[in-house]
Amino acid sequence: MTATTGAGGAPELLSSPAAPPEPPEALEPAALVEVDGLDVRFGSGPGQVYAVRDASLTLTAGRCLALVGESGSGKSALARALLGLAGPTATVTARRLRIHGEDALAFRPRDWLKVRGRRIGLVSQDALVALDPLRPIGREVAEPILAHRLLPRRAVEPAVHALLERVGIPDPAERAHSYVHQLSGGLRQRALIASALAAGPRVLLADEPTTALDASVQARVLDLLGQLRADGTGLLLISHDLGVVEALADQVAVMREGVIVETGPAAEVLSRPRHPYTIALLDAVPGRRRRLPVAGADTATAATAAGTADRSAAPDDRSTASGATLEAPPLLTVAGATKRFRGSRGNRRTAVDDVSFTLRAGETLGLVGESGSGKSTLAGLLLGLIDADGGEILLAGQPWSGLPERERRARRHLLQLVPQDPLSAFDPRWTVARVIGEALRTAGVERRDRHAHALTLLEQVGLSSVHLDRRPLALSGGQRQRVAIARALATRPRLLVCDEPVSALDVSVQAQVLALFRELTSSLGLATLFISHDLAVVREICSRVLVMKDGAIVETGPVEQVFADPRHPHTRELLAAVPGEIGRAYRARFEAGHHQRPPETGQPFFQQPSI
Amino acid sequence: MHPAIRPVALRLLGAVLVIWGAATAAFGVLQLIPGDPVNAIVGTHALVGPEQRAHLRAEYGLDDPPFAQYLDHMGRLATGRLGDSYQLQQPVWSVITDQVGPTVELALWAMLSAVVLAVAVTLVTSGRARWPRRISSLLELVIVSTPPFWLGILLLTVFSFHLGWFPVADTGDPRSLVLPVVTLALPIAAVLTQVLREGLLTALEAPFVLTARARGSAEHSVRARHALRHASLPALTLAGWFVGTLLGGAVIVETVFARSGIGRVTLQAVADRDLPVVQGVVALSAVVFVAVSALLDVLYSVVDPRLRRRTGMAAA
Repeated sequence: MTATTGAGGAPELLSSPAAPPEPPEALEPAALVEVDGLDVRFGSGPGQVYAVRDASLTLTAGRCLALVGESGSGKSALARALLGLAGPTATVTARRLRIHGEDALAFRPRDWLKVRGRRIGLVSQDALVALDPLRPIGREVAEPILAHRLLPRRAVEPAVHALLERVGIPDPAERAHSYVHQLSGGLRQRALIASALAAGPRVLLADEPTTALDASVQARVLDLLGQLRADGTGLLLISHDLGVVEALADQVAVMREGVIVETGPAAEVLSRPRHPYTIALLDAVPGRRRRLPVAGADTATAATAAGTADRSAAPDDRSTASGATLEAPPLLTVAGATKRFRGSRGNRRTAVDDVSFTLRAGETLGLVGESGSGKSTLAGLLLGLIDADGGEILLAGQPWSGLPERERRARRHLLQLVPQDPLSAFDPRWTVARVIGEALRTAGVERRDRHAHALTLLEQVGLSSVHLDRRPLALSGGQRQRVAIARALATRPRLLVCDEPVSALDVSVQAQVLALFRELTSSLGLATLFISHDLAVVREICSRVLVMKDGAIVETGPVEQVFADPRHPHTRELLAAVPGEIGRAYRARFEAGHHQRPPETGQPFFQQPSI
Repeated sequence: MHPAIRPVALRLLGAVLVIWGAATAAFGVLQLIPGDPVNAIVGTHALVGPEQRAHLRAEYGLDDPPFAQYLDHMGRLATGRLGDSYQLQQPVWSVITDQVGPTVELALWAMLSAVVLAVAVTLVTSGRARWPRRISSLLELVIVSTPPFWLGILLLTVFSFHLGWFPVADTGDPRSLVLPVVTLALPIAAVLTQVLREGLLTALEAPFVLTARARGSAEHSVRARHALRHASLPALTLAGWFVGTLLGGAVIVETVFARSGIGRVTLQAVADRDLPVVQGVVALSAVVFVAVSALLDVLYSVVDPRLRRRTGMAAA
């Protein structure tokens, strides 16, 4: 080790890797990471692209800085640059980059190895892929301890158990032998956090740490992160979810196209945003939205879209639509649908348990519940992809379930699926024209008419002819979802089953896609089953809602009523777990112990969505 | 039925079907090859008259309609009686057991060398620098496209005739194994390297690799502990397939290097329409394939814990 690497700070040898070393100055919170004028560029020469431009921030012990922005805004590139992991094609420059007082600009590769995990830990999104699926979590958690040679080998195992216990994993000695796929989403994320903490870093970079999680699991993981912050860890929280940010952050930095456009104390930025982009971002949050942007190309930013949103779906639109549907005959009738699967040890698990509901033309029915509650299995039953073990499903008044596929095929076009992740539902080598063309072929459209039809469909979903020759990877997330909707519409369906259609999208794009859904369902009179774990989204788009738990429908009713006065304890639990304003209102009410409607006015950035 | 028995029973049933299919195909192909099996039976004793030939023909059942012969063969195969070789006048079973040793020795060494070589080359050439990868890719392409017999002759010319490092033919000296093993192993190593490197480079893009790097793990440890294991899954399938083909593929190498072994026996048996021997070898190959695929299944679940609880998984 040479003088430039600054061996300083290293002497504190850990008795336990889990315990952070004492801060050198206990009086003033120490600046652990100081960044000034950081640029991250990819490529070289004229094709060079700035992922981060002139970013400055400071991470302090016991404080949480949230980096907010849409995907592609450079948040992750910035975080990786702090670990020296921006990638081989990246050039990182800065006026100042200090990590624990050492000048990181002079770091050589092996100096970075000493920083990673030991000074700065990383918690990424989705532990299912962020932890090695082929190794037991105990070994994953042990890796930083071994990489930094912090403990003798025999002491590693007890240390790992202590770490797992610290992040709230029950039965740590046994769980250490589990693989990622054997753990629930919440436990996985905890294991990932434990592995980031193992070498005792005082800074944690949490890159979308709760994005793939159910609301109630998310709440618990956020609690854990909050606890770490209280214990003196400096947090850099990267998130597009302002509810999460609100729950955890002291400071907020808003990032757009690689530039930090606004920064300040969390409460101030979230309640009195100054930059138009921050305002647009806040506006796009479901449940907080004032008006929906017009369904248009999502290349337009939320700010401009919101500015021209005069034509947006007015509150009355939906009420009249839902009012009109009451007389329409049910398009879909589900009576006592049941599906059981054989479990791993021969025991049977009921995935869908005696579910009954009806869905009428023009109606948007929400289906909410945690992952594993049976939502997707129910969708599979409706689509005729899974055979029911009991009950009956009628489509347009005629039998649908239990028929042989041959007899169903003629009516399949009536019912279409909009998937969560169109990227994996499209053949990556197919152009948009081919994707839609195939759907049109199955709908019986002649070859010569397909091009014109495809164009009409694209226009219907807010895209244009320029998108016809693109392949899925060349489209943005929102554009992909629009193509998925266009493909679903190609067969002239009367019923759409949407499985988490907007949960992979950024908030402003989400708002635009939701607006598109609304417009399409009212103009085409489509019935929609809208599956989501995001209650705020359901509240915004649906007229009625089904709450599912362990395969059974535990509560159903008009959205307004269910959200204002949830009857079933599980519904209350789901609502209370929603981060941010909606959840806060419910949490406050439950603590108060009596049920009253959440405040309708008086709060600057929480407006009762117009239902 | 006990849930644990089901997969085993299914696998056994599959094995029987594979062996039956292979034996049937071998029988069919041999019927199409021109030539008289009686020639094999009488060998070079050309002084055998037509009556004796007819007698032999009847004795071996060669006059029966093909379907009756087929049933006869299958019946014997099913009861484990492989019969006697037409040509060698000794039981097929002993023909095979006599000759299988050198081939198995050759195949195992070749496989082992190929795997070791492939892993080493992969680890060395998957770094950040591009040029080792380019050079290695080019070499792999050349080796894969080289006919094995030519490669064998080339190695013989250089290392045996010119340099005299290794014996020209099988002398019982362990050194005589080196060139045949290299000849067999190089093409396999080349293909395995390509698959392994592809898999390794893909695995290095995975999110868990970023996590591992963010823990302070050094690059070689990231490769060896995380990425290589992921890369080995597709390579494992391929390696299993290679083990199966080595048995048959040995024929060229055995001929070039004048080694005895199952490959040469097979070649001779096919040329002479020595049906019992061919059937025996086919049955052996089928058994090897079945055994290797069973072994692969076990290896998969060792490498990938996600495959360990395959039975009764819910579709959800």
